[in-house]
Amino acid sequence: MSAALALGDDALVLSHRLGEWAGHAPVLEEEVALANIALDLLGQARMLLSSVGDEDELAFLREERSFRNVQLVEQPNGDFAHTIARQLYFSVYQHLLYEQLAAGTGEFADLATKAVKEVAYHRDHAERWVLRLGDGTAESHERMQNGLDALWRFTGELFRPVEGLDVDGESLHGSWSSAVTSVVERATLRLPSGPQSSAWSAGAGRQGLHTEPFGRMLAEMQHLHRSHPGASW
Amino acid sequence: MTAVTAEEATQGAADGAAADAARAEAFDAAVAADDRIEPRDWMPDAYRASLVRQMAQHAHSEIIGMQPEANWISRAPSLRRKAILMAKVQDEAGHGLYLYSAAETLGTSREELLDKLHAGRQRYSSIFNYPTLTWADVGAIGWLVDGAAITNQVPLCRCSYGPYARAMVRICKEESFHQRQGYELLLALSRGTPAQHEMAQDAVNRWWWPSLMMFGPPDDASAHSAQSMAWKIKRHSNDELRRRFVDICVPQAEALGLTLPDPDIRWNEELGQHDYGAIDWTEFQEVLKGNGPCNEERLAQRRRAHEEGAWVRDAAAAYADRHAERPGTSGAAAEPVEATA
Amino acid sequence: MSSSTDWPLWEVFVRSRRGLSHTHAGSLHAPDAEMALRNARDLYTRRSEGVSLWVVPSTAITASSPDEKDSFFEPAGDKPYRHPTFYEIPEGVKHL
Repeated sequence: MSAALALGDDALVLSHRLGEWAGHAPVLEEEVALANIALDLLGQARMLLSSVGDEDELAFLREERSFRNVQLVEQPNGDFAHTIARQLYFSVYQHLLYEQLAAGTGEFADLATKAVKEVAYHRDHAERWVLRLGDGTAESHERMQNGLDALWRFTGELFRPVEGLDVDGESLHGSWSSAVTSVVERATLRLPSGPQSSAWSAGAGRQGLHTEPFGRMLAEMQHLHRSHPGASW
Repeated sequence: MTAVTAEEATQGAADGAAADAARAEAFDAAVAADDRIEPRDWMPDAYRASLVRQMAQHAHSEIIGMQPEANWISRAPSLRRKAILMAKVQDEAGHGLYLYSAAETLGTSREELLDKLHAGRQRYSSIFNYPTLTWADVGAIGWLVDGAAITNQVPLCRCSYGPYARAMVRICKEESFHQRQGYELLLALSRGTPAQHEMAQDAVNRWWWPSLMMFGPPDDASAHSAQSMAWKIKRHSNDELRRRFVDICVPQAEALGLTLPDPDIRWNEELGQHDYGAIDWTEFQEVLKGNGPCNEERLAQRRRAHEEGAWVRDAAAAYADRHAERPGTSGAAAEPVEATA
Repeated sequence: MSSSTDWPLWEVFVRSRRGLSHTHAGSLHAPDAEMALRNARDLYTRRSEGVSLWVVPSTAITASSPDEKDSFFEPAGDKPYRHPTFYEIPEGVKHL
């Protein structure tokens, strides 16, 4: 399995989910912020997918079982707190990962050097919102806690080894845990305590095993492209 | 309170009237000289009201206008198109923000304007009450709707009210990509497969007439036009701009290989411009009244986003209160806040 | 209608490149200074328009009044000797 697909699919799928917020964000300023993040991720996805094939063929013509993104990024948006929980878990991971890749000499060093600046901003955005929602009103506190709890079981997959990616998963997990814990505690929230992955031995997103909402997401994303085989746009 | 004699009061009123007359004269002179009116200048109440109405309607149009296009972000047929469309819809949110800011310089808060929009007491452009049924509609909106908007907006860059004119300069700069991407999108479809070509023609058929209606009612039936032109809030009449738009579109449609759905369009040698067919103003009035295909959905989605976002806005406000930063303490620095972007 | 609290208004100043002053770009709403700065970055520099940002609460700005325009600005109008072009220098004299 190509690591470029894993990283590219993460970015592609999360960008798609964030794009679903367009016209629905809680305040105009946040419309602009979420779109910026979605556009950064889409840019990363295009570079990564193009490095291993035709970006559109890969995005629009692969079946669900061929996508290599982690299950976390495909989870539906839910409310704003749910989306922010997903952003926190993923952007802290992506930031730490890209820092490691940028510091290395592997095939992703150049891409990571550019992307790490974007991702640092995504992480900052997520952390600031976790603080404001966690330490905001009673309602926002509860919603933020629910978001963190609901997505916790998708976080374990982030630290499994990815073929072709020279990263120390264990230390990544350690740094991630302490970073997330620190934000969550400052936000007067509690780190979820349950298991970080499901008991399904077949694997998860990196093995092409996804959650049910993902198939519907792809159906929507791919239908127009697939309805006109061979057409250019 | 100091007691004021009747004589003093009369004298005061006379002074006030004289000062008002002097201010009105200064205002008229500034407008006549193409000078800009700035927020703290004296201005006639009706000028202020007219500006707020127009800027609010313009801002509302930007944010409601996000919906028909956002409808296709999740289905964009290539990653390049997806990035372009996302950036465009984001720009529209940004343009709404610039315009609400301009309206706020007259002391009308965004919250107040949004409440009026949500209550159906302020309008947005009727064009956004039409649905986007196919991908080609995204192209038709860019080419025709944004094209009509630009034709309307470019003169607004010279509007007599400074903040509005400045917002429009920024918006027009950013809009130019919107129209081009739409045209390019339609061109790709028109030159693509027969099914794609048909999709493009169908979209142009549906969007052409509503785009012409965007310039507003004919001059002899336009309620606000004459006064707005005298104040240089508006620079050209509705019909003048509409005709300019038709003249621009005819050769562009030809280059696209698409037909404008009006058999009466022909070059008028004598006038040096195109004649075009009669516009169905009944449809325009009906859509304006709320009987368009999407009026209810557009407003309902806007209200829902605002209401569902209330707890988020409240949370951030509560957090800010609790962690209030005062100048000189941590957070807000004693020196001006700096950040590299 | 929502019960939500209105976020305060902030004025945004952008330095378009190093060596230039910050210039007023517009305004936005944000709950606090940190968020205002980030919203300003997203809104006013998304086409690389800036290298540095200031955000200032709109309420913190004290503006001169148009009614005081004469007393504020006219007195400067009759002091041309403050401008270098006021002085005539013989042709050929350099570095002045």
